[in-house]
Amino acid sequence: MSIFELFIQSFPRLMDGLWITLSTTLISLAIAAVLGLTFGLMLVSNSKILRGIAIVYVSIIRGTPIIVQAFFIYFGVPNATGIRLTAVTAGIITLSLNAGAYTAEIVRGGIQSIPKGQMEAARSLGLTKTLAMRKVILPQALRIMLPSIVNQCIITLKDSSILSVIGLAELTQTGRLIIANNFESFKMWIIIAIMYMIPILILTRISKEIERKLKVGQN
Amino acid sequence: MAKIEVKNLKKSFDNLEVLKDIKLDVEEGEVICIIGPSGSGKSTMLRCLNALEEATGGTIVIDGNDITDNHGNIDLYRRNIGMVFQQFNLFPHMSVKENIMLAPTSLKLMSKKEAEETALLLLDRVGLKEKADAMPTELSGGQQQRVAIARALAMHPDVMLFDEPTSALDPEMVGEVLNVMKQLAQEGMTMVVVTHEMGFAREVADRVIFIDDGYIVEEGPPEEVFNNPKHERTKNFLNMVL
Repeated sequence: MSIFELFIQSFPRLMDGLWITLSTTLISLAIAAVLGLTFGLMLVSNSKILRGIAIVYVSIIRGTPIIVQAFFIYFGVPNATGIRLTAVTAGIITLSLNAGAYTAEIVRGGIQSIPKGQMEAARSLGLTKTLAMRKVILPQALRIMLPSIVNQCIITLKDSSILSVIGLAELTQTGRLIIANNFESFKMWIIIAIMYMIPILILTRISKEIERKLKVGQN
Repeated sequence: MAKIEVKNLKKSFDNLEVLKDIKLDVEEGEVICIIGPSGSGKSTMLRCLNALEEATGGTIVIDGNDITDNHGNIDLYRRNIGMVFQQFNLFPHMSVKENIMLAPTSLKLMSKKEAEETALLLLDRVGLKEKADAMPTELSGGQQQRVAIARALAMHPDVMLFDEPTSALDPEMVGEVLNVMKQLAQEGMTMVVVTHEMGFAREVADRVIFIDDGYIVEEGPPEEVFNNPKHERTKNFLNMVL
């Protein structure tokens, strides 16, 4: 069977897998954006407590493999609490917490890269710290953060394949199941690889376009 | 009552004591120029006046309110105290006009239309009306600093603080900024100016203050301080800069 025929034959199942991969990733990234902004702001906060909480969160996530995080959330948490999670829920929680921590670091770096004079100028005009953050610091920081954020999106999309270990029927897991039936592992993994590459290439392209537009806007 | 009353002001950074015991009254409408060697504490003192630096000790009373006691809302005091920085600190992601409109609109003190009218009026005053829609990076240093002055004025402050406003400028642009400041002084604005421009201080200041090593060493009318300095340290400093 040619690779093309194989693709046509497995098309419905591959599309289901791709859908799970993309939707899980997108939902996780949306949650991670909120987590990243919140914990990123906490990392640059004046309050030692808030900073401490954020540092602990980021350290735990960065210090442990995502596969251990997935096992902990899918098997560990239900074992202790009795609350059973579906693979989808556990997968989304894992990816969100993981990407959220890295995004927090990106947000911290972006904010800290803005010269101190910007905050001082805004505050000297009477703006509250919150307003100064929102109107002056974050819009500038976002431009600087953009390449790293896109990079994080790509990493999260690829990391979602790890969720196959908890049985989530995403693209990688779908590939494994198909191969278990037809033994076409060489061709199937090429198909799977290409299916990951396409959305990632599109994402890269979009980010280049946004970066170009922002540069024009800023002169 | 003086507009600003500073008593026993002390400021340390970790173990470094930058301001040791500053006493200063600023009267309404007065123009004060602060001179002194680098590292003498003059910028730190200025930055204490709008709490960009938190005083380690002493009191700073503005219009009868002590801004060092943490009871009042510092953001409200700051609305009445404009500040101009050495590095301009314009917001690079906003046009000139938007820079000026930001504070009045986001603090809901003016409608967008009012703020825009104010911005254009102020830009006209600093001679940059035609640059309203330019981005800060398209302007020269002197133009950026004049926009920064207009931005501070948009809040209708009672006091303007200038932190070495011409030190980062190319020599040929110093004059245009000093002229705007001179005009402001003539209109009766209360001003505290940290500067190395002795000519400006001599011409415009009502009072010149010489700070060295965290203390006010000498103060008085410009002709007195410049022509008849009493202290050895003032003489030495003036000999080096004049």
